[in-house]
Amino acid sequence: MAISRTSKTALWLFLTPVLCWLLLLIVLPHIDLLLMSFGGENEYGERVWTLQNYRNFFTEPIYWNTFLRTAIFSIITTFITFLLAMPVAFYIVKVVRPRFQGAMVLMLLLPFWVSELVRVYGWMILLRESGVINHFLLKFGLIDKPVEMLYNDATMIMGLVYTSMLFMAVPIISAMESLDDSLIEAAHDLGSGKLVIWYKIILPHCKPGITSGSIVVFMLVLGNYLTPNLMGGKNSLWFTEQIYNQFIASFNWNQGAAFGFMLLLLSSLIIWIGLKLSRQKLGEVAS
Amino acid sequence: MIRTLPNSKRYSFTYGTFIICYFVFLFAPLFVTCVLAFNNSDFPSLPWYGFSLDWFVASGPERVGIFHDSQNLRAIFTSFQTAFWVAIFSTIVGTCAAFLFEQETFPFKNLLYFLMLAPLVIPGVILGISLLLAANTAGTFVENRFGIDVALFRPSFWLVVMGQFSFITTFVALVVSARLRKFDHALEEAAMNLGATRLEVIWYITLKFLRPAIIGAGAVAFLMSFENFNTTLFLVGSQPTLPINLYLQVRDGSTPVINAISLLLIVGTFCLALVNLYFSKEKD
Repeated sequence: MAISRTSKTALWLFLTPVLCWLLLLIVLPHIDLLLMSFGGENEYGERVWTLQNYRNFFTEPIYWNTFLRTAIFSIITTFITFLLAMPVAFYIVKVVRPRFQGAMVLMLLLPFWVSELVRVYGWMILLRESGVINHFLLKFGLIDKPVEMLYNDATMIMGLVYTSMLFMAVPIISAMESLDDSLIEAAHDLGSGKLVIWYKIILPHCKPGITSGSIVVFMLVLGNYLTPNLMGGKNSLWFTEQIYNQFIASFNWNQGAAFGFMLLLLSSLIIWIGLKLSRQKLGEVAS
Repeated sequence: MIRTLPNSKRYSFTYGTFIICYFVFLFAPLFVTCVLAFNNSDFPSLPWYGFSLDWFVASGPERVGIFHDSQNLRAIFTSFQTAFWVAIFSTIVGTCAAFLFEQETFPFKNLLYFLMLAPLVIPGVILGISLLLAANTAGTFVENRFGIDVALFRPSFWLVVMGQFSFITTFVALVVSARLRKFDHALEEAAMNLGATRLEVIWYITLKFLRPAIIGAGAVAFLMSFENFNTTLFLVGSQPTLPINLYLQVRDGSTPVINAISLLLIVGTFCLALVNLYFSKEKD
């Protein structure tokens, strides 16, 4: 470039607020979280460094099981979201008439602009014992007495799929838009069936979209508190609830910090594995 | 399979039905919530007892509509205030970050960029607790050292603002960066040839070019802040925001007032979303 666009004033003008933000609100708090998780009190009530919080985590089956359960359910939810998002994305991008395309994308987006709480509340009044679905089932004589459809694992997973659907659908749609129709036509002309086309052409092409969608959905589900709490009820056993209980109910911040750090570790690990498996970088996924 | 290829009738029909079911699944909870806001009943459930605006305008004593429900109104006001400040701060800092990473070179740039993306992959709950811990540590330190009790370091309005700001800024930065990448540098060079300084170029030219993206990002930041639950949950003090307040009510048994609030939220966010989409279409 002919003219130097660098200027020390501009650099510092931009750097200072960004540094303040990242250091004060991201880096320092997480260092504090790590330090806090190694803190505790000995028998005399003095503050000491200890591994006790992590020992509790590994020796108490309830914590450990909740942690595993949350991780496994998050993976299941991410997979179901993917299974559901693929055909919807394909329909919107490749099947529906082009003039309806914009409207359909808009309809897909709209519900997700509404607060998660409102959406979960909607499901609650649909599914609960005195809810709308039970009302209709009773009215048509399909059941004799109301069934409680809330507060079980299947409902909770459905709720989690519902609340994080969009973050899978949008990246897959944008990946699919660049898929050339003639590839599918060629495969069809050469006699391959639908399954082969999906497996050999569509899935490989959408891989970047699938990866970024899966990472975002997994992270959101793992860290979700609202949906498991309201739709899973007391049986939800979601790890974020353990964190909440340690912080707010038991006021044991050291233990809560250890739990928080384990959750952070788990989500970073899975995201890292996802990026490695698909050979992508975080920067590419973000944009 | 696709538009250009022939499909069997049954295949198209099944696929179409699936898509319709999917959209019913998507809209059913919202639709039911809105309809039941007008039911003349004390519970948000069927049977239908007739149309009523009680849950919007009734002033008590048996039914208190949203327009007379001081607790919820206060929560809505708090949410507006929070979202206002978060949108302002995150737009300013996010725009700075976009300029910093797109146009400047400095040591450790990649490391800093990685740090900026970190909030995308940190669960909101973790952000909330670590900020709560850090604020508490800072508060204790200041109190022991200087003997001053700083209200800012306790769960409060401003702590919520900081917590939401800490991750929403990343989204703003990404949106503004994407727009900045399309900027034609010849415009900057022309201005500099004519004697403008770097800061004048940014102020008079680049920022004008970025304006639609900045406004759009600000609107999204406002909405994200207004609806945030996970991070806010741990930082909230005596002034609950609307999602927190609604959560407490839903957990302890609900009245159709929540439906009325939900209806207002749905209508409000739909309008904001449509306006935002309209403007983002315009700019392309």
